Amino acid sequence: MTAFFQNLLGIGWGWFVANLILILLIALPLMLAVAMIIYADRKIWAAMALRRGPNVVGPFGLLQSFADGLKVFLQETIIPSASNKALFLIAPIITFTVALLAWAVIPFEQGMVLANINVGLLYILAISSLGVYGVILAGWASNSKYPFYSAIRASAQMISYEVSIGFVLICVVLWAGSFNLTDIVNSQKGYYGLLNGHGFNPLLFPMAIVFLISAMAETARAPFDLTEAESELVAGYQTEYSSMAFALYWLGEYANVILMCALNALLFWGGWLPPLDLGFLYLPYGLNIIWLLAKIMFFFFVFSWVKATVPRYRYDQLMRLGWKIFLPLSLFFVFLVSGFLMLTRYGGIQ
Amino acid sequence: MSLAYYVKSFTLWEFVKAHWLTLKYFFKPKATINYPYEKNPISPRFRGEHALRRYPNGEERCIACKLCEAICPAQAITIEAQPRDDGSRRTTRYDIDMTKCIYCGFCQEACPVDAVVEGPNFEFATETREELIYDKGKLLANGDKWERAIAANLAADAPYR
Repeated sequence: MTAFFQNLLGIGWGWFVANLILILLIALPLMLAVAMIIYADRKIWAAMALRRGPNVVGPFGLLQSFADGLKVFLQETIIPSASNKALFLIAPIITFTVALLAWAVIPFEQGMVLANINVGLLYILAISSLGVYGVILAGWASNSKYPFYSAIRASAQMISYEVSIGFVLICVVLWAGSFNLTDIVNSQKGYYGLLNGHGFNPLLFPMAIVFLISAMAETARAPFDLTEAESELVAGYQTEYSSMAFALYWLGEYANVILMCALNALLFWGGWLPPLDLGFLYLPYGLNIIWLLAKIMFFFFVFSWVKATVPRYRYDQLMRLGWKIFLPLSLFFVFLVSGFLMLTRYGGIQ
Repeated sequence: MSLAYYVKSFTLWEFVKAHWLTLKYFFKPKATINYPYEKNPISPRFRGEHALRRYPNGEERCIACKLCEAICPAQAITIEAQPRDDGSRRTTRYDIDMTKCIYCGFCQEACPVDAVVEGPNFEFATETREELIYDKGKLLANGDKWERAIAANLAADAPYR
């Protein structure tokens, strides 16, 4: 596609237009997915509480998110007079932008990736660390007690869990021998000649679970949603936000959740590879994305499932889990995995 | 701390059990009704929106005795009365402030002629506060609109009064 536009518009503009189209091809379906996933979240949560969930707007309530979006769009953006106005408005934009940025390196199929950089995983780590700025700035700029407490909690929480996520990723990177997400997915082919996915590796399976839980903490989903603990902090750092600024947080949060589901699928459960390494399960080129989407949806179901099941953690429990359990555990597995690879793949101790 | 404790906590056993439970609930029939399309049956004694009733010949029942106004614990009812041209005593003003009303039903208990009643309608939400301050016209219109349901409810409840 880049070549086609470069023939048409010249080298520079052709590249620009081609990439713009590719970005829109990722970002627009992502926004649609966020709208549908919010609906799915509410439906799953409702079903587990024996409720019905949204069922009035559109068939089965499918258009509920769009109705909510329209409502929010028509509302007035209220900026507290004591707030730092510039930061107050920049904060949701940062959250939303950062949530979209990470998708640049997510491969949807062999070769179907916007930026196939060789340190894709590092890029994602860097970008997801930036996400905390949106939250801190919101809490600070609101000039209000509860959002400020919430921002402090959020930053501590995100930093704590990024540490263990980092070590979990090191295990995967060691096994795959690459930071490139496409290579990582391809390295998961054919466990025991039958299964696709690092999750089926007994050394990496515990890391898959740690990553799943850390991903929930990283995106501040229940049971780790202390940042918006409504019983203590009203609505956390979003308390002073209204209208589209609020909606940007909402969209960014769910885009992050989908990103984490996608990472779970890509890093541990074979991405676009079918779960079983059987010839007929491999679809024609371009259609294997269905496997990836199915896995993302499954993990989103797990996220919702956990949200509907587990009560919120206490703050000290959250910190204990992050620093005293996940960090030693993931460190131990880094040691185990690298030792195992040293012995088997790289020819033992010299 | 026994070994079993550590095995259980590291295999997240309690979490697995909890998630199995919620998964079972996921497939259970819903406990809630599909409200705007489905409604629960309500008792004939249900105390909903107020109405002023008329006799079958069209004459309003209320005789402006003001017992309802006197008994109303929320002081939501305001009545002014005057003799009508034909000499009968009638209200010139009968207001109920629905935002004050606590739906205790004392007004309909006090009424000697079954004029003011609380009907079965509970869906009278409005967009403005002012619309909830009902005047006589609104209450009489309610009476006309809900007369069949109100009469049926009164008949159903009559043996117990």
